[in-house]
Amino acid sequence: MKRTAVEFRNVTKSYGDKVVIDNLNLSIPQGHIVVLVGPSGCGKTTTMKMINRLIEPTSGEVFVFNQDVRKPDRAELRRRIGYVIQQIGLFPHMTIAENISLVPRLTNGKKGHDLTKIDQLLELVGLDAASYRDRYPAELSGGQQQRVGVARALMANPPIILMDEPFSALDPITREQLQDELIRLNEELHKTIVFVTHDMDEALKIADTIIIMGGGRVIQQGSPDHILRHPANEFVRGFLGEKRLSSHRSHTVADVMLPNPVKMSRYKGLAEAVQTMQRKRVTSILVADQDGRYRGIADTSDIYKRFHEESMTLGDVMRTNVPTLLPEMPLSEAISQVQNAPFGHVPVVNAEGKLVGLMTRASLVDLLAKPYLEEAMASGE
Amino acid sequence: MVNEWLTTFADRWTDIVDSSLQHITLSLIALFWAILIAVPLGILLTRYRKLAGLVMGIVSVLQTIPSLALLGFLIPVFGIGSVPAILAMVAYALLPILRNTYTGILDVDAPLLEAGRGMGMTRSQQLRMVELPLARPMIFAGIRTATVMTIGVATLASFIGAGGLGDLILRGISMVDTGVILAGAIPAAVLAILFDLLLAWVDRMVTPKGLRIRKEVN
Repeated sequence: MKRTAVEFRNVTKSYGDKVVIDNLNLSIPQGHIVVLVGPSGCGKTTTMKMINRLIEPTSGEVFVFNQDVRKPDRAELRRRIGYVIQQIGLFPHMTIAENISLVPRLTNGKKGHDLTKIDQLLELVGLDAASYRDRYPAELSGGQQQRVGVARALMANPPIILMDEPFSALDPITREQLQDELIRLNEELHKTIVFVTHDMDEALKIADTIIIMGGGRVIQQGSPDHILRHPANEFVRGFLGEKRLSSHRSHTVADVMLPNPVKMSRYKGLAEAVQTMQRKRVTSILVADQDGRYRGIADTSDIYKRFHEESMTLGDVMRTNVPTLLPEMPLSEAISQVQNAPFGHVPVVNAEGKLVGLMTRASLVDLLAKPYLEEAMASGE
Repeated sequence: MVNEWLTTFADRWTDIVDSSLQHITLSLIALFWAILIAVPLGILLTRYRKLAGLVMGIVSVLQTIPSLALLGFLIPVFGIGSVPAILAMVAYALLPILRNTYTGILDVDAPLLEAGRGMGMTRSQQLRMVELPLARPMIFAGIRTATVMTIGVATLASFIGAGGLGDLILRGISMVDTGVILAGAIPAAVLAILFDLLLAWVDRMVTPKGLRIRKEVN
């Protein structure tokens, strides 16, 4: 059982008549990256700021490691919780080293910090200590500034770090980089990171646990995979978007197979088979009876090997030992078979032994591309 | 004619130096008090913003009273001499310093303050470590304006017997002696310019390095 780092009990926050957080109960496990995600105005930032008391709840209680956040002195509490905000969070009149050492300096006065720790942290977030230590924020790019912001939050070694849309103002490439590094960093440090974002892709990428909020409530909490596979309701589905959902929805073989593969009777001659294959532009041909009963599959090479023997029919050259798939088989199980199949082609045969379709590697690619194609169609292109 | 003036300058050299020193002393005393009152008051007003309008209004009214008239008002209460003169000068110097302190602190980015608060700064640490350093250039610009104004007003202080370079100007006017007038007027003008330059230099010195870089980068 994981320890609980942060817990909300019946927390409500209202401004006048407007209820922003509606009886919130939430528990955040220790050592995870927990992402609060939701549309703007859903209460995610308010929720986060109640952890370090930048916002006080109207009613209810917030606990950090089982201690009521109202117990310690407010400044004291905040120094024990790292805080990273959007890129403007660095103090422009302080050097990088001064910015990073801020929290210890708040507690212990001017010289109350460890210089080697500053260098270590700079290196940890991927900045060369010697060349950045004495610079000012204005001399750094947005991405570098945010790295410093992360280093600053780590300086006092807090078990919990709050991050309020820290990467939202960065360009996409830098954002990806910093997301990757945050994941890497926390595999090392095991902090409890409460991360607020409105970007679902970001949430899915970095989160161990996602908490989807809407209208001041928790709509769903779970691992990214769980949420993708089992969205709780229409709100979550809408927020995730069809594109992300369909790539995770469980498909069956029948959903993606080619329903009308090129097929011929086993009594047809090889020359005729070649003609048909040329006309239909395929490299293998399925062999079935008139009533649709599956008999086998023949590839170009099977046919050409025996082509000169005029008495040969498809029935003589076809392979009958190729594995087949049932149409209702889940795609996840079928994928490896398709990958290992001799020509990347696997016949789909139903329980009555009738040929119903053909699975190819191309059908898998089509599946991946489908949502994008639909999107393109919908936008009228 | 110029020769005549130069002789007057030479003759009255000790007078000029004495008056200048008196002028500077008066101005510095007035500035000292103005800063001592206006900067804390400005900070206070950022904490009690509802009062800001009222206080700022009163100080602005003080500023609109013509300087000579203000000196006149002070005589019945404080008599003549340097005390009422300094009071009048302080009254004038208050507004630029107060206004710049107030707006300088309010101009500090709100997210930056929240970052500080979120990291556990106390109210006074916020003021000392964030607000004042960032507002310093602005506050200093106010002090600079006040200084130049004060040196100007100090010239009028002679009307109520506070001394200073105004003495020479007044004496020159009554004697209809251009040389004596200039012996007061030129040093007064030079003083104002000199102090302005000096403060411009100090201004650069007090601007935190990180902010100077920010300006250059932008």
